[in-house]
Order: sequence, then C-alpha cells, then structure tokens
Amino acid sequence: MNQHRETMLSRVADNLYWMSRYLERAVHTARLIDVDHQLRLDQSPEASSGRWLGLLEALQVEAPENVPLDSETLTFLLTLDRTNPSSLFSCVAAARENLRQVREQCSTEMWEQLNRLFLQVKSTASDEVGLRDSYAFFRTVQEGAHLFQGVTDSTMSHGEGWYYIQLGRYIERTDSVARLIGAHFSRLPHPLDQAVESEEYLEWVALLKSCAAFQAYCKAHTAELRPLRVAEFLLLNSSFPHSVAFSVDRMHAAMTAIADLTERKADQPVRIAGRLLATLSFSQIDEIMASGAIAYVDSIRWQCTQAHTSIQQVYFDYPVEAALVA
Amino acid sequence: MQPSRTRTRGLLRRITLPDSSRVLFRPPFRNYQFDGAYDEMFEAPGIPRPHYRALFQTLLDLPSEELRKSQQAAELSFLHQGITFTVYGSSEGTERVFPNDLLPRIIPYGEWRKIESGLTQRIAALNLFLEDIYHAGKILADGIVPKELIYTCRHFRREMRGLNVPRGIYVSICGTDLVRLPDGSFAVLEDNLRVPSGVSYMLANRRVLKKVFPTLFRDYGVSPVDHYAQALLSTLRALIPSNFQGRNEPTVVLLTPGVFNSAYFEHTFLAQQMGIELVEGRDLLVHDNFVYMRTTAGLRRVDVIYRRVDDDFMDPLCFQRDSGLGVPGLFNAYRAGNVSLANTIGTGIADDKAVYAYVPAIIRYYLGEEPILQNVPTYLLTDRSQRDYVLDHLDELVVKAVGESGGYGMLIGPHSTSEQREDFRQRILAEPRNYIAQPTLSLSRAPCFLEGEAQARHVDLRPYILYGENVTLVPGGLTRVALRRGSLVVNSSQGGGSKDTWVLRA
Repeated sequence: MNQHRETMLSRVADNLYWMSRYLERAVHTARLIDVDHQLRLDQSPEASSGRWLGLLEALQVEAPENVPLDSETLTFLLTLDRTNPSSLFSCVAAARENLRQVREQCSTEMWEQLNRLFLQVKSTASDEVGLRDSYAFFRTVQEGAHLFQGVTDSTMSHGEGWYYIQLGRYIERTDSVARLIGAHFSRLPHPLDQAVESEEYLEWVALLKSCAAFQAYCKAHTAELRPLRVAEFLLLNSSFPHSVAFSVDRMHAAMTAIADLTERKADQPVRIAGRLLATLSFSQIDEIMASGAIAYVDSIRWQCTQAHTSIQQVYFDYPVEAALVA
Repeated sequence: MQPSRTRTRGLLRRITLPDSSRVLFRPPFRNYQFDGAYDEMFEAPGIPRPHYRALFQTLLDLPSEELRKSQQAAELSFLHQGITFTVYGSSEGTERVFPNDLLPRIIPYGEWRKIESGLTQRIAALNLFLEDIYHAGKILADGIVPKELIYTCRHFRREMRGLNVPRGIYVSICGTDLVRLPDGSFAVLEDNLRVPSGVSYMLANRRVLKKVFPTLFRDYGVSPVDHYAQALLSTLRALIPSNFQGRNEPTVVLLTPGVFNSAYFEHTFLAQQMGIELVEGRDLLVHDNFVYMRTTAGLRRVDVIYRRVDDDFMDPLCFQRDSGLGVPGLFNAYRAGNVSLANTIGTGIADDKAVYAYVPAIIRYYLGEEPILQNVPTYLLTDRSQRDYVLDHLDELVVKAVGESGGYGMLIGPHSTSEQREDFRQRILAEPRNYIAQPTLSLSRAPCFLEGEAQARHVDLRPYILYGENVTLVPGGLTRVALRRGSLVVNSSQGGGSKDTWVLRA
C-alpha cells in the first residue's frame, strides 16, 4: 500500500459533495429571486404574475396550495421558510451541517466563512427579504458564497476532497441551468432568430442575469438578444463559468482526477461525464433547437442524475465484498 | 511601573499597604467580594498574590470598555469558529457557545510541579490497579479494596478478564478534576478515566487569550500548551496492537459518536490537529477480526482507535445490542490483538466514586508511596454508621451517584430543598452502593469578567494526563468556572464556563 497516498473516508467525500451542491443551490436561488425582484420593478403587475410559476418550476418547488401567489408569500417560502427543504435558508443550513460533520477535513477559514454565512442568513428577519430591502440580503448571500469559493480554492489542498467540492458544484450548476433554460423556453416561445424587444426583452435579460451571464453575453454578442444566441451561450459556450458546457467540462475533469487519485478500476462515472461532454462539444445550436430545446436539456439533466448515481455507487456506498476482493 | 514576579511577598505588602486597601479597589474590582474560600488572585482584600500582580495592574489600567470589547470579540470568535457544545434534552438551538471568561487563572511553577508529580503517581497506580483487577485481583485477595465494591460496579467488564492490553496501559488519556481548598492546597475531586473531554477548550481559550493580552502573556512567561495534539498522537501511536507487523506507523483514527454528541466540536478539532481520520461507527467494519475503514479508494486497515464512544456503545455484539454508534465485531478484533483501543474497555471501574475513596490506599499498595495529592473525605453509604451520619446531615453534604459524570445525579445539600433531600434519602436507602457523600467543599474563587466588572466565581482545574511510552502532562488544563453567582457547579451542561490557565515557567 502506498504510504503517502491520502485517504478519504467515503462518508467525508459524500459530505463534501453535498455541502457543495447545497451551497450552489442556495446561491442559484438567491440569484433567481434577486433578478426577479429587480424585474418586477419594471413590469406591470399583470405581466409579472405568470413569472412566479416559471420561477417555482425552475427551482423545482411545487406551487403551494391555499396561499395567494403574491410576491411576499412566495419570496418568504423560497428564502427564509425553515419548513421548506428547498428554501435558501434550508440549503445554507444543509451545506453548513454537511461541512460541520467533516470540519476537520476543510480549512478553518472555510468553516468559519460558511458558518458566518449561515449565521447571517439565520439572523435575517422576514421583512429584510421583501421587495423593498431584499437587495442587500441577496448580495450578502452571493458574496458570502463567492468568498467561500475563493477561500476554498486558496486554503484547501487541491486534492481529492477539493475535487468532490468541484464535482458537487458543477453537477448542481449543470442541472439548475439546464432546468432554468427549459422552464424559460417553454414559458416564452419566441421566434428563434429574431431579436426580442420591449417588455419581453426584460424577460430575456432576466434569464441571462439569472445565470450571471448578461455582461458576458453582451461582450460576445452585443445587447441585441436573439433566443438562439442566448441558448447557444448558456448551453455551449466553453469559457463562461455558468454555461452548461463549461460546468460539464469541470465535472468531467473532477471525475477524472478522483478516478486517478483513488486508483479505482470502475470507470463508469468518468464514462458518463465524458459522453455528456462529447455531446455538448459536438452539438450545433440550430440542430438542438430544431429537435427541441426542452428535450435536449431534459436529456442533459437525465445524464447528470446518472453521473450522480454512479459516483454514489463507486465511491460512497460500495458493497464491502467488492472492496475486499480488490 | 512594571511589577516583577520575582519580588518577595513581603516587599509587595509594603508597597501596596500604605494606602488603605479600599483606595486600591478601583474598577473593575470595585464590587469584588470575598468569602471563606481561597481567592486565587488576592491573598487579602486589595493585595494580589505575587504571580497575579501584573494582571491586577493591567486590569486597573485598562478601561472597562476595552475589556468589554475584548470580551465581545472573544465571544464572536468562538461563535464564528463554531466552538460549541450540545445541550441534551432541548429540541431547538441545541448548539451553544461554551462561555469563555477573559481573565486567565495563573498557577505558579512550584504549585504545578506538585500537581504534575501527584497526577503522574495517580495514573500509574490506577493503571496497575486496573491490570490487577482484570487479572489476579491481588488487591482484593489482600483485602485492601472490598470485592463487592468491584463486582457491583456498573462499569466492571467481565469481558476484559485475563486480557493483556498493549504495554499494560488501560488508561492512556485521563482528565482529573482538582479543587483548591481554603488552606490553599489542591485535592483530587474525581478521576475521569473513561472518555474525558474539554481539552479542546483549553487550546481554544489559549488562542483567544493570546490575542486579547499579547504583551501581558509574553511578559508572564507562560508555558505553552499547543503541543497537546502532537503529544496525544505519540501516546496513541505507542499503543501498537500485539499483532501489528510490517508497516511503518500504525494507522490511528478517532471514533466519534457523531455530530449530535455534546463534544463533537472537540472530536473534529483533535482529529484535525493530529491529522488523523475522524470516523463514525458506520465508517468502520470488521472482517476476519481486522478493523477497516471505508474510504473512497477502498477499505483500509485501522490499528489504533482513540474512541470517544462509551463502553456500552462500542460493539453491539458484546455490549448494548441496539447501539448504532459502534462497530459489530470490534471487541473480538480487540481481543485478537489486531487493534488497540484508548482508553480500553472497563476503565470506569477505577473512576467509580466509591472506588475513589480507596485511591490513597491503592497508591500505597502498588507504589509503596504516600499520595502526593490528597483526596476529598468521602462517606461510603454501604457502611451503616457512615450512612446514618450522612442521612442525618444531608443538608450539609454533597451526595453524588457513583457512576455519573457531567454534574448529573447530584445533591448539593446547602442549596437543596427538603423535597430534594427526601428524594435522595429514599434513593440512598434503596441503593446505598449507588451513592457517596462528601462535605460541601468551598472551592477556590477567581476573578471573572462578568457584567462589565471583575466578580469572584468558584473554579476547579482539570489537567490532562497522557500515558503512552511515558506519562506526559501539558502544563495547564481546563479551569472551569461556575458562572452563576454563588454556584458550586462548574459543568458546562449546568451553566459553567471556562477560562485559560497559565502555568508559569520555572
């Protein structure tokens, strides 16, 4: 046995992976609601009423029954509601709890940063996430998460544990961006190669901003928004960190690194991620749109689920008999 | 004027006495109270002990506002680091910050030397006692310790009979509670030989205090404690299992009950400081009498387990059957000599509070020496005359359940109601073996920074003793504080806090 190889408990890897997924989910939620609040200021109440359903769908939260679908109620449901397991609070709390269970594995700075973020969210009162004051809150969450990522990259060894964090972040990001694109295209069918205008323009800006992509898109294609180009940018751009292609590339890199570090023979996770990466690398946007954007993103999400399952089976929850033979 | 530690007590008396002592009692000591207890800081009102003079002067010079800010900074730092403990039996907000007091407790080198030699002697004797109990039982045959006492002890493990443990060491990690009596001498209140906790707070308190009083700390010449984790690792590595062969260093892990345990912070902290894996029962498995941990790269052998799980929960095949915290088959692997445990199973027999009364005799029996540290007088309730005396004086005495720790199952006579006393009377009569009684001790008091000023609070001292290749004490320990005014209970679960302990260099 190689004495110098670091070992990592399966449970620890599992915790780091989920910590990262939950934090990514929390920031995604924060960004979506933040963008939504900004957009609402510019829209008439009628125009914005349909947006809530799209938002709930993008966040995979079932529309609550017996409550008015007004901004205040839904914002609370998605942010501070402790009984909603998908709320921003619940995600940050779950991320922290996962890290707390393995805090000896991360750097002190990482733990302190995530714990601080948690305490900030925990002490936020419900009137601080309303339309009037929410800006500061969402900014805190996003900055807190960025800081955590920076602290992680600069204080933790870029070894196996770090790769599980990468893996969690980019699997979650691939899945949530794909879901967001799907929800948007099904809600707002628009001629693909025509520039969008007036009120609808704001909706497309909001989609890009929800992926932190508006400025990067403008640099690439100017502020003229065509659905085809937006879809191409968010799906296939290989250098923008919130695009699906970029996320899958990182996911694949993390899986390859983990497979090398653990010297495990099972290649299933790498194969699944590699296949997904190849699909994205060789896809043309007009072909994708011709055969249906929604079906395409659904297939990406299905492959994400497969990748997730294979990681569980190979690294986290393998049968003992198999390991003893090896 | 920078006071010097080396001045004689007489000289200091002459310097400080000219004014009336009241004049000297400026903030933050304006309302500082004295009673019959030994005061750690003052030898008389207004006259600090020589080793406390510099701290006293610093506190007089420092605006209270400054201290208050430091205290808030320290609290925040604990909260952000997540230095918390879990309170059992409350559903929400179960994590609490362990209160830290800003003012250090200072112990001169000479006093520490005595503590150190006393505790070294004690752990040596207790280990010989455990080995004897689980082998020939000579001390029982010689009638020094009554047989019934051992065989009725809840922590006696028949499974350990005749088993040879690595190096013959049963207790490798021990935390002994000391109290200082009104005459200034230290006495042992109890030995914690199972899974003593608190050492992480000793280290965390030190980090905070270094930030709050950097220059004072430097000028005082305080012995460092930061090497504790490294000393612990060496101790654990010394416990090589008998069948260990070939590989370079044994693989050491820390076994925790998990994130809901009250000392979870400490488990993560120590594992990180030692650079070893923190494992839960579900991470380990036993195959062919060898212990493995489940890693992402496959199964890996484990040689030494620093376990922070109680005996009862270690192995559902041997002990408590419904335990989900333990590892099935672990005890067999241990008996086979394929893995070591620190501490071993069944050490609770030697920190039973009734066996405690015999420790001075145990020291004399095995080492042929007089005990260096005294015991607290203890009434054994199985003895008729002692029991009658205790039942007549319940309002003056402290009654403790023999197998409990953490301040649970205790009656403090002078602070009790008549219903509580009646309750304990019935319990004692029903199960006299299960209780002991001791006089209500006047624990020494030390200044604590509370409500913006210095107030006197009762303290104890828990040094940590490591026993591997040799006995190691890190100079210091956890000074626990009864933060409630007048309270004598220092346990964290009962409203206690802690403060840094400065052992001065020679």
